[in-house]
Amino acid sequence: MSGRTVYDKLWDSHLVKQNADGSALIYIDRHILHEVTSPQAFEGLRMAGRKPWRLDTNVATPDHNISTDPSERAAGVEGIPDHTSRIQVQTLDDNCEHFGIKEFKMNEMGQGIVHVMGPELGATMPGFTVVCGDSHTATHGALACLAHGIGTSEVEHVLASQCLVTQKMKNMRVAVDGTLGVGVTPKDIALAIIGEIGTAGGNGHAIEFAGSVFRDMSIEGRMTVCNMAIEAGARVGLVAVDKKTIDYCRGRQFVPEGEMFEKAAEYWRTLVSDEDAVFDAEVRLNAQDIAPQVTWGTSPEMVVPVTSVIPKAEDQTDLGKQKGIQRALEYMGLEGGAPITSVDVDRVFIGSCTNSRIEDMRAAAAVVKGHKVASSVKQALVVPGSQMVKVQAEAEGLDKVFIEAGLDWREPGCSMCLAMNADKLGAGEHCASTSNRNFEGRQGSGGRTHLMSPAMAAAAAIAGHIVDVREFAGDRL
Amino acid sequence: MKAFAQHQGLVAPMDRANVDTDMIIPKQFLKSIKRSGFGPNLFDELRYRDEGQPGQDCSQRPLNADFPLNWPRFANASILLARKNFGCGSSREHAPWALEDYGFRVIIAPSYADIFYNNCFKNGLLPVVLTEQQVDMLFEEMNATEGYQLTIDLAAQRVIRPCGDSFEFSIDPFRKDCFVKGLDEIGLTLQSTQAIKNYEKTRAAEQPWVFGAIK
Repeated sequence: MSGRTVYDKLWDSHLVKQNADGSALIYIDRHILHEVTSPQAFEGLRMAGRKPWRLDTNVATPDHNISTDPSERAAGVEGIPDHTSRIQVQTLDDNCEHFGIKEFKMNEMGQGIVHVMGPELGATMPGFTVVCGDSHTATHGALACLAHGIGTSEVEHVLASQCLVTQKMKNMRVAVDGTLGVGVTPKDIALAIIGEIGTAGGNGHAIEFAGSVFRDMSIEGRMTVCNMAIEAGARVGLVAVDKKTIDYCRGRQFVPEGEMFEKAAEYWRTLVSDEDAVFDAEVRLNAQDIAPQVTWGTSPEMVVPVTSVIPKAEDQTDLGKQKGIQRALEYMGLEGGAPITSVDVDRVFIGSCTNSRIEDMRAAAAVVKGHKVASSVKQALVVPGSQMVKVQAEAEGLDKVFIEAGLDWREPGCSMCLAMNADKLGAGEHCASTSNRNFEGRQGSGGRTHLMSPAMAAAAAIAGHIVDVREFAGDRL
Repeated sequence: MKAFAQHQGLVAPMDRANVDTDMIIPKQFLKSIKRSGFGPNLFDELRYRDEGQPGQDCSQRPLNADFPLNWPRFANASILLARKNFGCGSSREHAPWALEDYGFRVIIAPSYADIFYNNCFKNGLLPVVLTEQQVDMLFEEMNATEGYQLTIDLAAQRVIRPCGDSFEFSIDPFRKDCFVKGLDEIGLTLQSTQAIKNYEKTRAAEQPWVFGAIK
């Protein structure tokens, strides 16, 4: 028998029951809930007269459609201007109260975007199965978790039974070796991988990110990469445990201490793929080949190095691809063949479950420090991923750096990543965004998103157009 | 959940690859705490000329005449013919809720995003996978034939064309069984209560830190 991958090991250790028809019952260790995808699940529980199977597994927080405006936030749930959003956040509070589920409420310390909150509180630990009604749950794979998004019916299923009926995925390894250039960040790696394998490239697979680049990468950087596995079609993205993983977990709120921690860590160290493990698919990239990346179109796979030009539809031989590029160019209001750095930006968004952690805040602040946002930029938002990130950033004086440079310093939430609250693009506006999706209308009806790293978005805010951060702020990187 | 073993209906097109769930149901409609009522806002940004808001009377809104679902020949369609990687992006189950609420019972495409595919089965919406060549052929026939209907025989796992020829499709037995019988999946899982409890007992002995942390 050949060796096992990290994913194989996680699967095996959570298998409750393998059915003859190929389906399996998998045990879920941690369930994270938020206001948008949970109300119908709680309603389902009530209608069926069921109770949560376990309470000490669930943790909830509002993030998707809460206001990030400091004065609106200060007014509490009552201060949420949109009536339906207010009801949804109140419903989460009510459901958590009713069922006895641990919730970090909107303005409580600990609250944050679900995928920032889970790891930083230690609610997510290596070796766990982690689910949440949100596709970016793959983020938690950075701690060698089997973590993926689920729909609302499955939220109800996990609440009621602590299990999911599922099927085993295939294994894919994406290896990136070599040394990254200055100004090339985890976000650029993630976008380069998606550019390479496409938005459906990982469908049906769990991706393990391997190679020297990920070994050298911080845990927060690994979260950025795993977060975007879903944009490559893979529900699961993960990185094996190493010393960094264990050091990251030590001392966090829900992580055990003392002897129990050492016992856990001993187990966590086994969560590496065996040398003779077999992957169903392998992809290799060289770190040296990766430049800062920017998306030009309406799918994350429509991405180019910042040194490059926007593609032309007629350069494609495949008719379907030609049509796709043509449609994207029309939606984005761009001409094929123009340098990507010629695109002016109207708004800038630094935040989201992809890039709102303290390292992201530091990277963006380093670029804007001592500069001013270009007068042509209508708004530049910096939205920390959680209350804890906000407190840390303020302790380091980063909020002042942003404010002095002319950026808005906001309260934690999902904000303009999906524009469920008031933070959104107007029709036709271009946005330099550190979020994860550039779909049509994602950041506001008619809005035009360009995905990039925090440093690149910060540079765009100052320059007023997309710019190569290495040329713009090479001395500060 | 509405169960079916066989379905016949009018086919409508969604002729682009990588249709994402933001496109299927835009974010402003996710604020609802209900499961129903999303149909009028299915493909909202493509269907209407204005920006939709929750609670609007959609019958008064300006329609996009270029969007096929607004054409009379596709009124009351119940089968959506689509391209590869349909349903990518967000995990929102509001996407299958909107498709089902609109009246779709079946989608046919060469491939789907994993989470969306899974979500469809929970909501009486059957995602059928055919090859790209077969989907191309269905698009051609549908474009050439007003009132083009297909029959989906789930029991036999076949898509039957008007000429009588059919394409076989595959589907995993558990999902098929639940779909045909309209089974309550949670109820099924809870039949394994003892197995789940046994698992927890073993795990708690080996990895006690998994339990009790969150209070």
